[in-house]
Amino acid sequence: MKYVDEYRDEAEAQRYLEAIRSTVTRPWTIMEICGGQTHTFIKFGIDELLPDEIELVHGPGCPVCVTPLEMIERALAIARRPDVIFTSFGDMMRVPGSDADLLTIKAQGGDVRMVYSPLDAVRVAQANPDREVVFFAVGFETTAPANAMAVKQAQMLGLDNFSILSSHVLVPPAMEAILGAGDNRVQGFLAAGHVCAVMGYWEYGPIAEKYHTPIVVTGFEPLDLLQGTYMTVKALEEGRYGVENQYTRAVTLEGNAPAQQLLSEVFTTVDRPWRGIGTIPMSGYNLRPQFESFDAVQKFDVEAIAPPENEICIAGEIMRGLKKPNDCAAFGEECTPEHPLGAPMVSTEGACAAYFQYGRVG
Amino acid sequence: MSDDTPLDVDGLGACPIPISDYPNVLLAHGGGGSLSQMLIEGMFAPTFANDWLNPLHDGAVIEIDAGRMAVSTDSFVISPMFFPGGDIGSLAVHGTVNDVAMCGARPMAITVGMVIEEGLPMEDLWRIVSSIKAAADEAGVAVATGDTKVVDRGKGDGIFINTTGFGMVPDGIDIRPERIAVGDQVIVSGTIADHGIAIMSVREGLEFETALESDSASLGGLVEAILAAGGHDVHVLRDPTRGGLASATNEIAKAAGLGIRLRETAIPMQDQVLAACEILGFDPLYVANEGKLIGIVTSEVADEVLATMRSHPHGADATIIGEVVDDHHGRVLLTSRIGGNRVVDMLSGEQLPRIC
Repeated sequence: MKYVDEYRDEAEAQRYLEAIRSTVTRPWTIMEICGGQTHTFIKFGIDELLPDEIELVHGPGCPVCVTPLEMIERALAIARRPDVIFTSFGDMMRVPGSDADLLTIKAQGGDVRMVYSPLDAVRVAQANPDREVVFFAVGFETTAPANAMAVKQAQMLGLDNFSILSSHVLVPPAMEAILGAGDNRVQGFLAAGHVCAVMGYWEYGPIAEKYHTPIVVTGFEPLDLLQGTYMTVKALEEGRYGVENQYTRAVTLEGNAPAQQLLSEVFTTVDRPWRGIGTIPMSGYNLRPQFESFDAVQKFDVEAIAPPENEICIAGEIMRGLKKPNDCAAFGEECTPEHPLGAPMVSTEGACAAYFQYGRVG
Repeated sequence: MSDDTPLDVDGLGACPIPISDYPNVLLAHGGGGSLSQMLIEGMFAPTFANDWLNPLHDGAVIEIDAGRMAVSTDSFVISPMFFPGGDIGSLAVHGTVNDVAMCGARPMAITVGMVIEEGLPMEDLWRIVSSIKAAADEAGVAVATGDTKVVDRGKGDGIFINTTGFGMVPDGIDIRPERIAVGDQVIVSGTIADHGIAIMSVREGLEFETALESDSASLGGLVEAILAAGGHDVHVLRDPTRGGLASATNEIAKAAGLGIRLRETAIPMQDQVLAACEILGFDPLYVANEGKLIGIVTSEVADEVLATMRSHPHGADATIIGEVVDDHHGRVLLTSRIGGNRVVDMLSGEQLPRIC
């Protein structure tokens, strides 16, 4: 398939692996931010082809994984209401709350529907004027513009039965939180290419500068990851820090200006709890006051729902790069994709699911 | 058996039930009274007519020679009922006939049980029944007996169909996973994941434009050709339906206690299927097929079986995709296109489209 095969070429991959091997002289810990990158690493077996000096740790860039329990519980409470059609991306359906997930609610009679785009949820609202239609707006800067567009469109159409449960999170504050923690192990970052396609990478310069950490904006195909890893290792070995862009075919310094404009028009930045990590200042998007009639938290009065997290799950430590999924006592035992204790075991982008599915046991 | 003949669903003509009187299926059509009789005698009996069915007894009496009989049953609940490349009727025949064929048997007869939701358009029922007839003819099986129930509106999804298939296993044929041995070659009969992605492309809420069709087909003829070429050296046949290639190979590896190693680059796939999987975040190894089979045969006969498969219309893209190894017992390993290895595990639950 064109534009895919080119980035999965075995000979090129070997060339990059050789370049990495001949560059590395000492151990380095590198974090790939995005769960999509984690899966490519594991799915193609790249992690095992890299020299032993390079330790990959898996970042918080899996929207399903970092969506806090309180948001899941709010979603479940709303989805249980008989007057509601609850719409969500497929990934969120199996994420466990305290005692249920969205698929359970559906099985119990809730009207829970999977959509592929928030604009589909707007269409559901148009087609069902006597029902309340709620869209679970999760994701990073990547999905936020489409969700902002859905709210704008609902407003334009005069829909008063559409709202979103906004659980958006932002990458740069999470990177700062990881680097700023006393127990941080991350020495270099592969930044999430698709987030940067929207936001550009002008936000990362100050972070690289402040923490003396190389950050390489990286794509998602095997060769992207190998090249990004090579660029990061080279910078580390040469003692350089700063921001470089591997993913030039999709990312510019400035990013997508109309999308950023839309985001700032619809959303405002707020403190947000991350599942397993805790609250990170100014790391989430909520709707601006002029769009508050589309805010499901207010509409259904679910703000008070704020349950405590599961104590066994070490998702937070995994997403901060302190531990690997198979360091967890529950991994593959109490916690499996059939009975997940934490979200990283559920999502297609979750690090635990990747380890489990692709057999990184023990 | 002539499973090369094209399906002629429309060849059966117009619906025999007077649509003006009964545009939709009513509860009484399954109630055992006169409307039931009308449906059976007007639609089912003349359409499926054969010596086993014609007496319209409580059951069919089938005379067979002594030997081994393969039996398989499957229920079909697919949504939407009509999809590119088939419908629930043809699928209900192919699915069961293929399961019988994967036992090494020649499918001879099926039973058809239908649970119809009240209100199903009579025209839709006729389309489905016509499609069952065409698929059964193509597969060379007779509908030996059947049953119809109608449930209240809202208690079904249009129609559910259960079929049970029968067939005799020829002497000298022994198909079961325990027979695989180190060095055996794993062959797939064509491109994978076509059915699942074709269904996904027309499912409500996920529609995307593609010319892709389900690969739903009867594989009896292909199996016969494989057995003619490989005989006793054919160790396993499996149609990788739900759970896809990954689940089917895992089941075989587990049952046999040996390892299976697959080569990603060898696995045939259509570009548009691959593209849809990339977009949806699906792994094609786990996506359903309805007209493909996996054959595991000794290396001695692998080339001959492969050549035979390729000369059959349902095996034109057949490829050797891996082999049985004396390593990682009970598991399937895949060498990725860039040379890394990973375990291919069983699918947990359903694959769900991703966020980004």
